[in-house]
Amino acid sequence: MPRTLIEPQFPIERLSILDSDGKLDAKLEPRLAPDDLKRLYRAMVLGRRLDERMIKLQRQGRIGTFAPIKGQEASQIGSVFTLGPKDWMVPSFRETAAMIWRGWPIEKILAFYAGRLEGGQPGPEQHDLPVTIPVATQLPHAVGLAYAIQYRGDDAVVMAYFGDGATSEGDFHEAANFAGVWHGPVVFVCQNNQWAISVPLKKQTNSRTIAQKALAYGFPGIQVDGNDVLAVYTASREAVDRARAGGGPTLIECVTYRLGMHTTADDPTKYRADEEVKAWEQKDPLTRFRVYLEKKKLLDASVDEQVDEEIARAVERFEAMPATDPLAMFDHAYAELPPGVTAQRAELTTRLETPSHGAAADSVEPASPPMRGQRRTSRWTS
Amino acid sequence: MAKLNMVKALNLALLEEMERDPDIVVIGEDVGVDGGVFRVTEDLHRRFGGRRVIDSPLAEAGIIGASVGMALYGLKPVAEIQFSGFSFQCFHQIENHAARYRQRSQGRFHCQLVVRMPYGGGVRALEHHSESEEQFYSHMPGLKMVIPSGPRTARALLVASIRDPDPVIFFEHKALYHASKEEVPDETEVMPIGRAQIVQEGRGLTLVAYGAMLRVALEAAETLQAEDGVAPEVIDLLTISPLDREALVASVGKTGRAVIVHEAPGSFGPAAEIATSIMEGAFLSLEAPIRRVTSYDVPFPGFAREKATVPDVARVLAAARETLAF
Repeated sequence: MPRTLIEPQFPIERLSILDSDGKLDAKLEPRLAPDDLKRLYRAMVLGRRLDERMIKLQRQGRIGTFAPIKGQEASQIGSVFTLGPKDWMVPSFRETAAMIWRGWPIEKILAFYAGRLEGGQPGPEQHDLPVTIPVATQLPHAVGLAYAIQYRGDDAVVMAYFGDGATSEGDFHEAANFAGVWHGPVVFVCQNNQWAISVPLKKQTNSRTIAQKALAYGFPGIQVDGNDVLAVYTASREAVDRARAGGGPTLIECVTYRLGMHTTADDPTKYRADEEVKAWEQKDPLTRFRVYLEKKKLLDASVDEQVDEEIARAVERFEAMPATDPLAMFDHAYAELPPGVTAQRAELTTRLETPSHGAAADSVEPASPPMRGQRRTSRWTS
Repeated sequence: MAKLNMVKALNLALLEEMERDPDIVVIGEDVGVDGGVFRVTEDLHRRFGGRRVIDSPLAEAGIIGASVGMALYGLKPVAEIQFSGFSFQCFHQIENHAARYRQRSQGRFHCQLVVRMPYGGGVRALEHHSESEEQFYSHMPGLKMVIPSGPRTARALLVASIRDPDPVIFFEHKALYHASKEEVPDETEVMPIGRAQIVQEGRGLTLVAYGAMLRVALEAAETLQAEDGVAPEVIDLLTISPLDREALVASVGKTGRAVIVHEAPGSFGPAAEIATSIMEGAFLSLEAPIRRVTSYDVPFPGFAREKATVPDVARVLAAARETLAF
């Protein structure tokens, strides 16, 4: 029996339209309306400026730890732009710009990172899942949503976000495998930002690309310049249109870079060289898109100011939020609170109504009387 | 009324519910064409097709993760994990997501999801095919943990679990699947989740058990009556979480003594929670320390030695007699 080639070698495409010098491949340039180009730019600037503001808020202790997005604006906005309101967006935890695009109010996002449960509540009509923190575990949910969409015969596509580190997790592979078998309308968007906290891509995978991992699961993968919003848009448009037309899943690898820290609790100078960061700063997604818009005479000089104003108003609304009601922790634990948890809720209610609860330290007597028939032990006489 | 074994009773529950509600889908390994390795989903694929009865790839996290996604969209998946010993491969999807989505999304989404798992020993099976893991799931806020003890409770509680708006982990003891037949009502029966059943009223001692241990407790009760002149009250817990503390406290408030029997290892197991609940609610009625009869705190020792660790009638009797003599 001879050795035969059972499958041809699959080529992996890499797509780049607008390079870091602002040079455009006119043949590949997507036909986007001027207003859309402006909206894309504004959303990217909003992502960048909010990121900067959130770092300040975090340093001031007004919000907790969060994962900055600096450098990844094109990957997020170029992809999420292709979704309609009936489509579904499944984030991980570094998609702030994309979430705002999808209609999450900025103050809600700030509330989420200030440790408030209410910050995770999507609007009643919003087809968006909340932030998922355990890496890659949201990907099977995206595949389940896609299955349900097919099951009901609805016209919707699911777009799921994750990073390069997530592709090492079993859940990524299980989700990709299920998606391939079920042929559902799901687009996997990997923001390959080169670093999973301190672990660089070359320690994460021995694959030449992340895009090629799709081929093992029987659907197309494409690598794009993730700092080129036109390339991200073009690849996403193709993938979303294909999914909508019944063509099944796609994996898009956006090659980008995390210019900031993993989270505000991380110090990247410990594990990566300044030169590397500086080299990627030269490939900033905002700079080249600004040049592109300038050439088209579409750059609105007041965008930064508008965006800052929008952020300032949102921060005000966030700061004006009423104090959290501790009892709300019980509101959505179950559809109907079981008796044991109801009793715990009642206990907390009582504690909250007693201003000096737990402050009876100067009293020799315990706060509660002994149970009927209980013996007085040494604790009572001391 | 039809006499059914537990496999047929569970199958009937699935069939009736799927006929009633088109949003219910069944998903798992071999649940479709094969009808499940224990035949619980037999014939469903033929009746409802592969879209509703899904032969999934072999991946527990994928099964539960995808089920969570379906539930977020409004479907009502009934997922099967082939053996509870394999559920650690989807543990994170259950704990991180199924149990939390209602709270994380502040009520915007919820997971109406049942995860069925065969559990327990006594079937001469290999490692990972004989364990009892209810303690892990009953510890998780946001989840419910249900374990029927026979065909009738299996059918009625599976229906209740499918209709429950919150995620339910539903354990089926493998040794009970074909153990006995029981009359099952023609009309769909629904038993409330969170309620224990007093299967035998009595005095002087309460035996608390669930799943396959109910039969052990009942046999011990019979012997106690015949040989010791004590007719214990026997409680079938049915739901591990949320625990029916009221029923436990009321019973021990009356009898003054309790022995709790379960197949899972003892330390940090359900019996500890049950004993504490009784102590908190019926302390002044207690005539003796509460006793636990459980498997030992060792990994499942293989079926050649399982009889030495899984509680049996003799061990329950010994514990009961010590409690009565205290």
